[in-house]
Amino acid sequence: MNENIIITEDLTKKFGSFTACDKISFSVKKGEIFGFLGANGAGKTTAIRMLCGLLLPTSGKASIGGYDIYKDTEKIKLNIGYMSQKFSLYEDLTVKENIEFYAGIYRLSTKEIKERSKLLISELGLERSADSLIRSLPLGWRQKLAFSVAVIHSPKIVFLDEPTGGVDPVTRRQFWDLIYKAADDGISVLVTTHYMDEAEYCGRISMMVDGKIAAMGTPAELKSSYNVGSMYEVFLHLARGKNE
Amino acid sequence: MNKFKGFVYKEFLHLIRDYRTMIILIGMPVIQVILFGFAIRNELNSVNIGILDRSKDEMTQKLTSKILSSDYFILKEYLTDESQIDAAFKKGLVKEVIVFESGFAEKLQKEGRAEVQIITDASEPNMANLALSYTTGIILDFSQSLSAGKERSFVITPEIKMLYNEELKSVFMFVPGIMATILMLISAMMTSITITREKEFGTMEVLLASPLKPYQIILGKVAPYLLLSLVNLTLILWISMTVFGMPVRGSMILLIAECALFITTALSLGILISTVAGSMQVAMMISLVGLMMPTVLLSGFIFPIENMPWPLQWISHILPAKWFVIIIKNIMLKGTGFSYVYKETLVLISMTVFLLGLSIKKFKTRL
Repeated sequence: MNENIIITEDLTKKFGSFTACDKISFSVKKGEIFGFLGANGAGKTTAIRMLCGLLLPTSGKASIGGYDIYKDTEKIKLNIGYMSQKFSLYEDLTVKENIEFYAGIYRLSTKEIKERSKLLISELGLERSADSLIRSLPLGWRQKLAFSVAVIHSPKIVFLDEPTGGVDPVTRRQFWDLIYKAADDGISVLVTTHYMDEAEYCGRISMMVDGKIAAMGTPAELKSSYNVGSMYEVFLHLARGKNE
Repeated sequence: MNKFKGFVYKEFLHLIRDYRTMIILIGMPVIQVILFGFAIRNELNSVNIGILDRSKDEMTQKLTSKILSSDYFILKEYLTDESQIDAAFKKGLVKEVIVFESGFAEKLQKEGRAEVQIITDASEPNMANLALSYTTGIILDFSQSLSAGKERSFVITPEIKMLYNEELKSVFMFVPGIMATILMLISAMMTSITITREKEFGTMEVLLASPLKPYQIILGKVAPYLLLSLVNLTLILWISMTVFGMPVRGSMILLIAECALFITTALSLGILISTVAGSMQVAMMISLVGLMMPTVLLSGFIFPIENMPWPLQWISHILPAKWFVIIIKNIMLKGTGFSYVYKETLVLISMTVFLLGLSIKKFKTRL
């Protein structure tokens, strides 16, 4: 269980003179839930996009599942799952069609697609809605479905870019149950969020401020090192430190 | 290849789910062809004509009465001198003038042939063409009835002169024009919209992070509209041939190949627009203002290019539709082969290669 799935070293991305990600170094172990925390514009999304192969880093090194992000993009793409801020489901397709489509582009066989989509639908309790359009589903269900679809091909790691935007705390908790289940199955999870209550759910956290990793550790470690009671206070502390 | 099939299947689902748009896309060309077709194809009745009879013999009188008894023509002016012809046209009194040469009957008896000159006002090209074909039909019928049962043949040669618009430029121009407009609309506009839709809904990121290759995403998105374009092309051709008797004088295979080329040009334009536009609305605006309007107004479909001021003529040169309309007109109406349209085809091919290259380059840099 100590195998590192993600290793980055001084990963940097510049857009012109603006440095979105500044020398980020971290590693994520197999089955670990790693949180990227930070205000909007702190560089979380940029970091995820570089790791998914959507953006080319300006400098630095990174490997995912042993594959180099510069050279083995195609192999990496087969081994990762990605869920964007907008849930990435097609509203005019049915639940089943969405599952089958995503399973299909990740090269699952027809038999596997059938089995997994059946399993997934029953796990989520969506049997009745299997043939209804995504458009007609409540937001919380869409979100859970989007996550399950992102891990349908059992990737080594799944990237979640602010997956819980606009969802109530109860649904958010249910969503995290899914994340825990995936982590138990050995899938590493890299999740970005700006909800501080969610930070407590993560195994380890990196706090991002202005493109840099300002602090990293388990929620308990972070809280004790700043001598505060909640992640929110840790965040305030770091953000204030930036302003001074 | 399995994943690609799945992707194309998904694209077809999008198209089918949005059935209202699909009905519009299939219904529009049908309605346009029928509307334009009927607007142009009025039945000929009571056309005012003038007659200049230099011979005034039994034969010319027989032929005159045959023409006038056909119900299609009304004798408005009986001219006595050639100089009156132009004035009659200009006053709008007549749409056609028939001139019999002097010694008509005599020539016909002695030499077996005589000439009739038919002059039409081609500023109304469709009417002129119809009047002309009716008149020549009657004359042919007349000369055949003269020859019937006799050993020698009598030939009356109609000499045709179209005034004001000698090449009859707008006749049947509507079909190539509609083809260009519809193919541009479906291929360019719909493609650009469907690709920007993925961007707007955030699904493009997921696709790009998936093992699908960029070219597969583009091909997959384009496939349904390629098929829809071909369906529409078939519909337009079928309606214009069966309902309106539009000829395809040249090779059908060449025609379809040229259409496929134009569809490719339009598709690459659509892809290019989608790489520039951030939202569906922007894509639609660019397509409508940047492509549809120039295609309708400047491709020579409605207004003749030669009559435009030079800046507009210059713009028309960079419109793929202009070259396409020229090619289609040549193949369908003039029946020319590839050797006559190779220049225009080359222009279209180079445009396509350029646009496709540019859009692929642009699409990749966004990765």
